[in-house]
Amino acid sequence: MAKKSSKSPSKPRSKTASKKSSELQKVFAHVPDPSIAQKEYRQRKKSQLAMIRKTDKKLLAEMLYQMVLGRVFEQKCAEVYRIGMIGGFCHLYIGQEAIAIGSMMALKEGDYTITSYRDHVQAMVAGIAPEEVLAELYGRAGGNVKGKGGSMHMFSKEKGFFGGHGIVGGQIGVGTGMAFAQKYKDTDNVTLCFFGEAAVNQGIFHESLNMAQLWKLPIIYICENNQYGMGTAQDRAMSISNIASKGDGYGMANEFVDGMDVMAVRDAVLRACNRARKDSLPTLLEIRSYRYMGHSMSDPGKYRTSEEIKKYQERDPIALFKDSLKEAKVLGEKDFEKIEKRAQEAVEKAVRYSEESPYPDESELLTDVML
Amino acid sequence: MAEMTMRDALNAALREEILRDENVFVMGEEVAEYDGAYKVTRGLWQEFGDKRVIDTPITELGFAGLGVGAAMAGLRPVVEFMTFNFSILAADQIINHAAKMLYMSGGQFNVPIVFRGPNGSAFQVSSQHSQALEAMYANFPGLKVVMPSTPADAKGLLKSSIRDDNPVIFMEQERMYGNKGEVPDDPDFLIPLGVADVKREGTDCTIVARSMTVPMSLQAAEIVEREYGVSVEVVDPRTIKPLDIDTIVESVKKTNRLIVAEESHSFASVGAEISHQVMELAFDHLDAPIKRISTVEAPMPYAKNLEALALPSVDKIVDAIKEVCYL
Repeated sequence: MAKKSSKSPSKPRSKTASKKSSELQKVFAHVPDPSIAQKEYRQRKKSQLAMIRKTDKKLLAEMLYQMVLGRVFEQKCAEVYRIGMIGGFCHLYIGQEAIAIGSMMALKEGDYTITSYRDHVQAMVAGIAPEEVLAELYGRAGGNVKGKGGSMHMFSKEKGFFGGHGIVGGQIGVGTGMAFAQKYKDTDNVTLCFFGEAAVNQGIFHESLNMAQLWKLPIIYICENNQYGMGTAQDRAMSISNIASKGDGYGMANEFVDGMDVMAVRDAVLRACNRARKDSLPTLLEIRSYRYMGHSMSDPGKYRTSEEIKKYQERDPIALFKDSLKEAKVLGEKDFEKIEKRAQEAVEKAVRYSEESPYPDESELLTDVML
Repeated sequence: MAEMTMRDALNAALREEILRDENVFVMGEEVAEYDGAYKVTRGLWQEFGDKRVIDTPITELGFAGLGVGAAMAGLRPVVEFMTFNFSILAADQIINHAAKMLYMSGGQFNVPIVFRGPNGSAFQVSSQHSQALEAMYANFPGLKVVMPSTPADAKGLLKSSIRDDNPVIFMEQERMYGNKGEVPDDPDFLIPLGVADVKREGTDCTIVARSMTVPMSLQAAEIVEREYGVSVEVVDPRTIKPLDIDTIVESVKKTNRLIVAEESHSFASVGAEISHQVMELAFDHLDAPIKRISTVEAPMPYAKNLEALALPSVDKIVDAIKEVCYL
């Protein structure tokens, strides 16, 4: 990554279609290949609109709803965390919504997902009810895992959601095994395995990619590059900036994807799914994004400037998606209001449910240790 | 019944379980085409092929993690570590993932996996290849730890471990792979986990031994019987976790003396745990302080004489018996 002042694309897409290339060069100074990124940037609007026109309207509305729900839910988490309703760690997803929604809503029945500790939104997209997620954060019996896991450990066997995991990179090995099992059982299902860019420096990333390509496993590794590993900027922790290219080291198909564009994410994941289902081949996707909040609720985020955060917020994935949906005449302001209201209501319901849910019974302390 | 080596008994257990359940597969370094570094998997790849017997790269953390994920998704992996020394590289997947998955998923995801291989010392392979790590794994709730000492136990316990719905650490001993014994050939011969076996009955002193120290203790018992007329009982817990403390306590109540013989270092060892539990449960029955025989508190040396000095031995156990019996 280049200096902080030059690393952010600065304007919403709809206003930048005619940006001069010198300006774009500056905007994309931080990406591995500025010329490709500029081209992508110009094409983004066009391609997002084209993708939208090819996609079912109901699905698009649901995608927007899930993005808005994720945003509203996480904002509520921040609010109730501050008044002491949530203990321990709490890693929020605000700013990264396009990745979870764009990728997981491209899956089909029987596919699996596994992710890191930043797992609330992935859990909800997988189908775990917002109230179950929030009650887990409250440490209540009605929580997703009965108050035993907390923020970092949401799971649903029924929905194929293999959890949020607390050790940086640990889930990359587990996800590789999930895909191994899908192949072993001769299914055409795939595994989506999410992790942050800092996990790429762990040994398990490299060990897993090697095995996945060697044994041709149907897995899509999704590096959610939010550019900071806790407080350490990527360029202070990684000898090269192009994470997608690390797939080349294992002969693995790889792509760089704009994580602010939910349709681009969907498109890339669909391509990778196709490769996995038809040819049983893995893919590494580096999806560049940005988290607006600190690493966790205890992180004031002093390692970056408010200007930097603002620049990303100007090209917010939800705002961009709304613009495109409006331009494509798929949804309008009234629809947006309805979606916003529905999300607000779901979150309010989750709060009520969580507040009313009892603490786990003391007899739960020693259950689920072993079968 | 047939006489076979520990190695072949383990091999038979693997073969029978692969035949029995299509979800059972074996993976690890050199387990397939090379027939296993210690030949425990001999012939399995030829019989069952690439799908069921899988050679991995040297990537312990990676294939341990792969096994955990495969087990969560419904398979029953048997993951071989060429030796348990290398499992330390995979400790994150075993301890942070396999052991905790059921609990942190609120009971949704169990991990039916076996991690197996030789544990403890071999013959002059020095410090990084001679560690007995059972105390480390036994310390974490969520893992079972199994250590057989005879070919029959090895077969029955491995089969039970593969059929168990929890992660099992199954520890063999390289020095014992060639040991022979009678082994049942019934494909449903199982030894339940968590049940100790009294390997030798006696009345004057109890030795709790496991893995390599079981044959040593039996030999020491013969010597003291012959030379001093002391009757020694040898209890083999076979499963370190869950520990069959009842059988141990029952024996101590009969003999009033206890020695724990183990290959690991003594500090914070399984022997320390057993000593503590016996103190709690049978304090009034003890006629002498509990004695422990362990490997010395130093990394394993290479030189043959120093290695012998570091490890438990029949002589050391004989001396311990004399000490607790005040002979």
